[in-house]
Order: sequence, then C-alpha cells, then structure tokens
Amino acid sequence: MFSGEQISSLLAEVGVTHVITVPDSTIGRWEPAIERSGHTRLVRVCREGEAWQVAAGLHLGGATPLVMIQCTGLFESGDALRNAVHDWRIPIFSIIGYRSYLDQAKLPGDTCLVFTEPILDAWKIDYRLITSPSELGVIRDHFVSCRGAGKAGAALIAE
Amino acid sequence: MTISTTTPAVSRIPLVSSLETLRRVRRDDEIVITTMGSAREWMTLGERHALDFILVPSAMGHGTSIGLGLALAQPSKRVIVCSGDGSLLMNLGSLASIVAANVPNVVVIVFDNGVYEVTGQQPTAGAGVGRAAGRGADFGAIARACGFDSVYEFSDAPSWTNDARGALDAKGPTFISLDVEPVIGGTAPHSPGPTAARAKRLMEALRR
Repeated sequence: MFSGEQISSLLAEVGVTHVITVPDSTIGRWEPAIERSGHTRLVRVCREGEAWQVAAGLHLGGATPLVMIQCTGLFESGDALRNAVHDWRIPIFSIIGYRSYLDQAKLPGDTCLVFTEPILDAWKIDYRLITSPSELGVIRDHFVSCRGAGKAGAALIAE
Repeated sequence: MTISTTTPAVSRIPLVSSLETLRRVRRDDEIVITTMGSAREWMTLGERHALDFILVPSAMGHGTSIGLGLALAQPSKRVIVCSGDGSLLMNLGSLASIVAANVPNVVVIVFDNGVYEVTGQQPTAGAGVGRAAGRGADFGAIARACGFDSVYEFSDAPSWTNDARGALDAKGPTFISLDVEPVIGGTAPHSPGPTAARAKRLMEALRR
C-alpha cells in the first residue's frame, strides 16, 4: 500500500516524535525508513496494550506519539486504550493494520473482518479506512483534524 | 550492579513506611507515579508534589508503560514508577520494553506483598503460596534477565531506609524490589480528582 519512505515523510510532516509499535507484515516493513529518518523515534514494545500507555506517557511529557499496530493488537489492547483515551482523555492517534481486508486467501474466514470496525466504533475511535495508495493524504488530513480537535483517531490500513 | 539484602526478614517492610522513605529521599525534579495500594497510601502522606502522578484509575499494570513514555519525553528527569507485584505480573513485558528503549532515567519499584491487596488479598500467580517449592516469583531475577543495569532487593525496613537514595541514584534503568506487608483491609484507591485536569497539571509542571 505505502512505502516506508512515504509513511516516514508523513510522520515528519505532521510532527510525530515517537512511533510505538508491535509490527505486522505490512506496517513492520516501514520500520527501517522510520528509523533512518532521524526525526521520529521508533519505540518497540512487547504487546499492544503497552503501546497506548507508553504513548500516554509521551503525550503527558510533551511529545507527539503515534501508535502503530495490527487490528489483532487492537483487540488485545482494549483496557489500555480505554484508560488512556477515555479515562485520561489523551488524544492518541494510531495507524492500525486491517488484516485480510484486501487478501482473504491467506486466512479464509478471518474474523478480523467481522470485528475490527465494530471494535473501533465501540471504543469511540474516529477512524478512516484506507484502501488505496492514493489515500495517503487522507491519513494526514485526519491526523491534523484529530489533533486540532484534541481527540483520538486512527487510520485503518487495508492489508 | 546487583545488590541483594537477602538476610532472612523477621517481618516484611510496612508499605506506609516504605513510601515514607521514598517521599523523604525523593528529589524535587523527580516524577513519582503511584498506582493501586501505593497510590492509596501515598495520598495520605501529606501535600502532593507537582510531579506526583497518581495513576488512578489505571489499566492493568501499565504504570511501568506510562513511566517509560514519560522518561522518553523527559530525558532530564528521573521517573520513579511504584508498582505492585500483581500489577507488574500483568505487564512483565514492559520491563523488556524499558530496557529496549535505552532509557537510563527510569526506576521501577515493585512493592511485593504476594497478593492482590485491593480485591481482598487473593494470592497472585507469582506468590509463593500454593507453589510446590513455596517460592514466589523472583522479580529481581526477572529484571536482571530483561537487562536492567541496576537491581536492588530489600527485605527489611532499615536497609531500605539507609540505601534508598543510593539505589535511586544508580545507573539506570533501575529495578528495586521491596518485600512489603499487605495492608489488611486495604481497598482500591479513590481518584483524587478529575483525570483530565490532573493530566493537564502534570503537563504544565513538566513545561516549567
């Protein structure tokens, strides 16, 4: 969908200081470009729930973090997300890989397709579904809009 | 560096006195995060510092993760995270994440009482009770295995009282295990006020 360089440039453009991540086979390929960038630090955590809370600490400390995980990690990280985004009202933006949206041959019947968007709705995360390489600007615009509104948001990247 | 005060303890360290020691030696520019039992007791010890972060409500054991984020954003400030053993067991991976992030300004203190105190003192999965060998999880060994530069273990109050400042000043990231007594009847802490306002106050204090 996107190259690491495209994502890295986007992160620089909107001022993201830290990306907290657990990779999947799509978003993980962006890591080298982000690491090379010199403007955005990559923070690797063991499990996705950590990512939301590390991001919360970064925000409290004055940084501009972004969480980058797969939808399966979103499922895992519900309580951490709830606490950071809703209890503490910390406006964390995330990029979430949407497993099996474009390719259903590898995991036929993958229930990620059933649960990902309802879960985002349940957690009251304003998201944009990104299905085409032409939509990089949608991610940027949504990030800027969410930051302006002081609310959490997500870009759901079809995989 | 690894220092262990493993002399047999007559009794564990009272939680309140262990926190009083931390409060006494804490420097003015150090951030202190408290959760669950430590938050409950910390709030009884007197006026709150601008860099206190009472993490109530919290998520499952994520004090260490918030601390990692704060330490990354504020590299000139030491971040002291007070966690329970039950909380740490829920988020053990955060110890590896702290080391991987190469943050020397994090101190994790685990107040190990062997129980989920605020839910009625049920033993944690890491407690010695019920295990074949009767030995609880060795948090110091876990921290060492994760790569913490400095690990300290205190099982009696005088050692902690005397050596707390030295442990906090060690080359970080630092892990401190305190063998503390459960507080009988200890309940979940009350939120000391609206969360968004408290988050904003901390952010403002860090900007000064």
